[in-house]
Amino acid sequence: MSDGHPTRVQEAIRGTAGGRWREVLRRLPPIFVVLLAICVWISFLNPRFATVPGIMSFLMRAAPAAILAAGQLFVIVSGGFDLSVGSLITLVVLGSSMLIGGDPANTWWVIAVMFLIGIAVGVFNGAVTSWLRVPSFITTLGMLVTLKGFALLWTGGAPRGFLPNNFRVFGRSRVTGIPGLEQVPYAVIILVVTAVAAGYLLHRTGWGKQLIALGDNPRAARLSGVPTARVRIGAFIASSTSAVIAGILLGGFSGVSTNVGDGQELSAISATVLGGAKLLGGRGTMAGAVAGALTLQALFTLLNLLGWPKPLRDGLQGLIIIAAVAYTAWREQRR
Amino acid sequence: MSRPLIHRKPGRLALPPTFLFLAGAFAAAWLLVSLFGRGQFLSAANITNIFIRSVALGIVAVGQSFTILGGSIDLSVAHLISVTAVMSSFIMQGDSANIARAVAVVVAIGLGVGLLNGLIITKLRVNALIATLGTGLFMQGLLSTSFQNFAGAVAPEFEVFAYGTWGPVPIPVAVLLVVAALGVLVMHRTRFGAYLYAVGGNREVARLSGLRTDRVLIGAHVIASLSAVLTGLFIAARLGAGAPWVGQDGVYDLESIAAVVVGGTALAGGRGGVLGTLAGVLIFSIMDAMFNQLGTGAFLKQVFRGLIIIAAVASYSFRSKEEVS
Repeated sequence: MSDGHPTRVQEAIRGTAGGRWREVLRRLPPIFVVLLAICVWISFLNPRFATVPGIMSFLMRAAPAAILAAGQLFVIVSGGFDLSVGSLITLVVLGSSMLIGGDPANTWWVIAVMFLIGIAVGVFNGAVTSWLRVPSFITTLGMLVTLKGFALLWTGGAPRGFLPNNFRVFGRSRVTGIPGLEQVPYAVIILVVTAVAAGYLLHRTGWGKQLIALGDNPRAARLSGVPTARVRIGAFIASSTSAVIAGILLGGFSGVSTNVGDGQELSAISATVLGGAKLLGGRGTMAGAVAGALTLQALFTLLNLLGWPKPLRDGLQGLIIIAAVAYTAWREQRR
Repeated sequence: MSRPLIHRKPGRLALPPTFLFLAGAFAAAWLLVSLFGRGQFLSAANITNIFIRSVALGIVAVGQSFTILGGSIDLSVAHLISVTAVMSSFIMQGDSANIARAVAVVVAIGLGVGLLNGLIITKLRVNALIATLGTGLFMQGLLSTSFQNFAGAVAPEFEVFAYGTWGPVPIPVAVLLVVAALGVLVMHRTRFGAYLYAVGGNREVARLSGLRTDRVLIGAHVIASLSAVLTGLFIAARLGAGAPWVGQDGVYDLESIAAVVVGGTALAGGRGGVLGTLAGVLIFSIMDAMFNQLGTGAFLKQVFRGLIIIAAVASYSFRSKEEVS
């Protein structure tokens, strides 16, 4: 409980210059140090990475995963899981190409429909979990199976149609003419706006605080007047909405495919955990979750540069996640 | 927490409510197929078929029951199934002289993976979901780097495991029933089983009562891994060879968890049992058989399967007053 009320020893340490640095380092979530180290390593192997365009294209590739992690964090801090986001991404990509049917004039209402579908999925997940008391792991696992089946049913099991350019700009194009930055990908702007909005919602609003309280101790939260169902449904809506955004970006970036969302839910959960969130709720920061997703992407970039084949990269990801969580657990116990 | 540590009265084996759901699913399938489907639902061939469909998922789900009952979970089973299927057929190379060696190797791998999962969870205090996700990703990484396609072949004698019959009973179904019986025995008639209920009910209380909770959880993970190995061997026997994607293609990680929970075992641990899991697996197989006979496409089947998972669990949980997330 030393977070809000520093002890006298900590005050004393903070007084000295070296101590202040140590204090800053101690408070900095370790994920930022890891992210920085990996980025420095990448820059040595590929100097173009450390330029503005290099960073922009890295952020563009990482944007969908980072947005997904930001959304997932709402559910994670509330003590739940949202496994349905990967299938929702697939549904957004396949459904958009079906509904647009090649006519760019349809793009805008189709995007609106996709957000409505996302909100509906979030409300369903949250309502079933809150009122029917099905653990969210199971609710969203069921939705994972159902939504993927629905997406494949819609297209007959194969990727059909294509996404017009005015849909794909968000995932693959850049805004030009910004002073000092030359080109900024739409995806990066969307990532920054989403992350800031999500950070505000989680850390600066009453709803965010109720969410963390709910994850920390559901019974205590309910007894102290938190409308648990409404608060939790909000978290699932946030998560589904982030999946819709990620789906629009991924559809733009890589086009129509039936496995675009596979496994994204577990990556998103891993990213939040790498960023210091506690599974089963009560703790987590938005900056950490986004940094966690960026770290996973940076790690892939690094191993790719080192010439590791893709399966081995996935394998190493497993070890890194375990090591990170074990380190957090060890640090916590030592305190 | 006023929840008692061990729910069951010792020595009594109550039939879980899942069996009502199973009976309902069976009746509904029978009715729908008789009215709208082609072929007989209640034929011996069809019933046998339903059981054979249940073998691969059933064996691994029995093992998964142990981890979930202990308040843990195992996401690595699908990858372990792939490792087992590939390694066993790769070592056998179609020669029956290699069967014993192949089985010994994959059982050793299973023991190792189970121990590793259990140790990471208990000693390093890593959340079970993350720990087994990590070991699963790691195994799959090594496997997919070394093998890109079907590797080797199982010995013809080994295919008996998948296709042989024992009087009227197919051998794989007999194996599933034996595995389930062993599971029931271990869970309800041994000290380890009773400890597992206690650990799943409340780990801290179990520890304070003097149980070596770490050992119990490690044991549960070893059982889950060994059951995944047996499923992997069955799949290799059935396909004639193993490929590095067979486990993930079957979604055995999430499906086994779904079967356990549909079978009435609490996801949080401490309540449930192996018989319910068997019923959960049979519910899935009956639904599959029904949709096949009704001529429903694979994707519509998937849509329904997800909803059935939610509906089944909701039917046990909706009266509960506990706050879940």
